[in-house]
Amino acid sequence: MAAGFTKTDVERLANLARLALTDEEKTLFARQLDSILQYAEQVCQLDTSGVAATLHVLDRQPADRPDEVRPSLTETQALANAPEPAVAEGLFKVPRVLGG
Amino acid sequence: MSESTARDIRDAIARGSLSAVDVCRACLQHIEQVEPRLHAFLTVAPELAMRRAAELDARARAGERLPLLGVPLAIKDNICTRGIRTTAGSRILEAFDPPYDATVVARLEAAGAVIVGKTNCDEFAMGSSTENSAYGASRNPWAPDRTPGGSSGGSAVAVASRAVPIALGSDTGGSVRQPAALCGVVGMKPSYGRVSRYGLIAFASSLDQIGPFSRTAFDAALLLNVIAGHDPADSTAARQPVPDFTAALTGDIRGLRVGVVRSMLDEGVDVDVSRGVRDALEVLRSRGATLVDVTLPHARFAIPVYYLIATAEASSNLARYDGVRYGFRAPRTDEDEADLRTMYEHTRAEGFGAEVKRRIMLGTYVLSAGYYEAYYLKAQQVRTLIRRDYDAAFDRVDVIATPTSPTAAFKLGERIHDPLQMYLADVFTVSAPLAGLPAISIPCGFTPDRLPVGLQLVGRMWDEETILRAGDAYERDTTWWRERPAII
Repeated sequence: MAAGFTKTDVERLANLARLALTDEEKTLFARQLDSILQYAEQVCQLDTSGVAATLHVLDRQPADRPDEVRPSLTETQALANAPEPAVAEGLFKVPRVLGG
Repeated sequence: MSESTARDIRDAIARGSLSAVDVCRACLQHIEQVEPRLHAFLTVAPELAMRRAAELDARARAGERLPLLGVPLAIKDNICTRGIRTTAGSRILEAFDPPYDATVVARLEAAGAVIVGKTNCDEFAMGSSTENSAYGASRNPWAPDRTPGGSSGGSAVAVASRAVPIALGSDTGGSVRQPAALCGVVGMKPSYGRVSRYGLIAFASSLDQIGPFSRTAFDAALLLNVIAGHDPADSTAARQPVPDFTAALTGDIRGLRVGVVRSMLDEGVDVDVSRGVRDALEVLRSRGATLVDVTLPHARFAIPVYYLIATAEASSNLARYDGVRYGFRAPRTDEDEADLRTMYEHTRAEGFGAEVKRRIMLGTYVLSAGYYEAYYLKAQQVRTLIRRDYDAAFDRVDVIATPTSPTAAFKLGERIHDPLQMYLADVFTVSAPLAGLPAISIPCGFTPDRLPVGLQLVGRMWDEETILRAGDAYERDTTWWRERPAII
């Protein structure tokens, strides 16, 4: 399944994960991810038919709580860590999204 | 004073024989002295700490008594502290100043603790050596050319080097227990849901849990008393009654059934580690515990299961770092088209280190179409088998003992270029979080090179009391926890 994890696979994943990689990184990650996935293959050999998946270990559903207004961040606080805040407008600035 | 425990300091301040200001000043001086050689801290907050200590002295003089009044404490840098920058060991959060406190931080402050600084860790808690920190590795106080373990290595170093009596870390696959073992201190991962994760920078949400570092089991219990309990801000912080954990430390372990997995004492375990753990089991037996052989047949799948699940969750959690709302944004370059997507890709490429990129891609892979069932779903099914193994074992025993780490501290640089070798450092620690169980590492000896060895005790769900009691009982018959690294 994972046999021969290639640079093309890394490019596909980097694209999905929004990571710009250098050529050296692609080669290195292809080799490293290949060896990690080969190691992980042992799990695929186990017979797990009929075994329920554990998504989390909590045995109780979280309890409901009243829907009440509580204090939250002010606009100034929410913008304080932004790399490009538009403070007067109360917005986060981003590069152009659609064609200019 | 550097040998004082949190309990000693609190009691001395309550008696009036010490002041919080004196304690804080001594602590900051000690940090100044050892920090250049160990790099335990990413941020030290001397002014904040001294101001707070003075406030607390006034309250102590007015007769106020709090569980940690005047006790200095260090916090792993992936736990948000309002007013103290919080980086998670990542360049992408280099200038992040949290607008709120994590619930554990608010509880510690209400309990009178004095936060002196934020400790180094592997980037986003991903690693077992602190070498993945964007700010350089911490050094093991017992051998500065060796790793303190990770990811909460800085907190382990801070406690082992006597900079602070107690510290907080976070444990996803062993990130509190493994560095505790490698640095010769106590480290604990509470049951999943015991401690609020609100304000803990997320890595793998079904596994992450904040836990205490200390030099004694008593101090671990004291710290757990303060941080445990339900929190409306974290729906996974369980509504489980919180006992007084210190009350469980009676020293009486007669009749305690200690499960031993024979294969975990030998196979792939360094001979010195194996000897330390075997000797520790004898100490427990001589205090009245019974050793019972148990098996955990699926434990050998825990590492692959862990890395499939944790990376899947991480790839999703780390999608939030996009250079828009907080954190680093890559500067525009000439050849950039300067569109949003290019900004995302460059921000994440420059902001994340190699291990974080590897894990994001591995997680993206196991969640992607065509591989989801084969890897992610499969791993979650095997996670169920691992839990069932523990359920069966806990029908017959009260705790399960293993080495915390198969080796003592390894050399800096030794494994950093081989991610898979690094992952294998977690072989004994990853299965407890997969099952949600509490586990503690207690110092249980040294190798001939004078590197610490740790004993891990895993308990039943919600039963931190029994592993704390066993750890405390063990400390009463041994002196490992009193040993000091030569560097200090």
